[in-house]
Amino acid sequence: MIGIQHYLVVSAILFVMGVLGIFANRKNVIIILMAIELILLAVNLNFVAFSAYLGDLVGQVFAMFVLTVAAAEAAIGLAILVIYFRGRGTIAVDDVNRMKG
Amino acid sequence: MIQLLAFYLFAVLVILSGLLTITARNPVHSVLWLILAFFNAAGLMLIAGAEFIAMLLVIVYVGAVAVLFLFVVMMLNIDFAEMRAGFARYALFGLAIAVALVAEMIIAVGAWKAGGIELAQRIAPTPADMPNIQAFGGLLYTRYLYLFEAAGLILLVALIGAIVLTHRARGGVRPQNISEQVKRRPQDATRNVNQPVGQGVEL
Repeated sequence: MIGIQHYLVVSAILFVMGVLGIFANRKNVIIILMAIELILLAVNLNFVAFSAYLGDLVGQVFAMFVLTVAAAEAAIGLAILVIYFRGRGTIAVDDVNRMKG
Repeated sequence: MIQLLAFYLFAVLVILSGLLTITARNPVHSVLWLILAFFNAAGLMLIAGAEFIAMLLVIVYVGAVAVLFLFVVMMLNIDFAEMRAGFARYALFGLAIAVALVAEMIIAVGAWKAGGIELAQRIAPTPADMPNIQAFGGLLYTRYLYLFEAAGLILLVALIGAIVLTHRARGGVRPQNISEQVKRRPQDATRNVNQPVGQGVEL
């Protein structure tokens, strides 16, 4: 039978994969944003798994709020990416320090 | 049995597509793998009984966020080969951090199994006699109404923020001025003249 541990393992692997994706693709902001989406997906999976395990519906409510924030974050992140590309002609982020001041 | 089979199918696919998301050479492929990961995560949530969240995941993530990613990837003309430079060096560093993270998670689960936290009190126990979406809505629109409205406000701020960030006022164009058009009256635009016979019209 499927227990909470199964879900925890899957979501832990997904979370670590997202962190690895951020570090492995340090230049490419699009992949970094996708990796953040993976991390948030892992968090949502944890929320839902614990909601089912504890028989408490609040976990699902908060998973919905995480989803909302993730959508807003993706929209703003991609908007920043678009204006960054418009100014630079590239999206390599190792020299973003041009943005200061 | 079928549940177990479905769980392992979804779990393997979500992990595989997550891995391919972060390692694919082409970002378009990355987005497509991300969509597959979202679908399989929705399947996992369905197995856990969270039907509404699963459907929300398909609608919001696959329908909106992933399409937004795809749109941006295809709109920007980027040299992706250059982006891959240093992947191996960074990946090694990332792998070290990932291993540390996994170790921490194993320790945390071990501590939890040892009986650290007892969650005896339920805030909103899952009702047995109503479908998931009905119970969810009942909770969302009563106890979490203000948080729900705050979530709407976050989306509004993101909407306006994205428009403000990417809006570009272009010079050299003559856009329609609606208020000028509405304000215009016949007496501003036409006049009556008593034109003598045999003379030209003065415009």
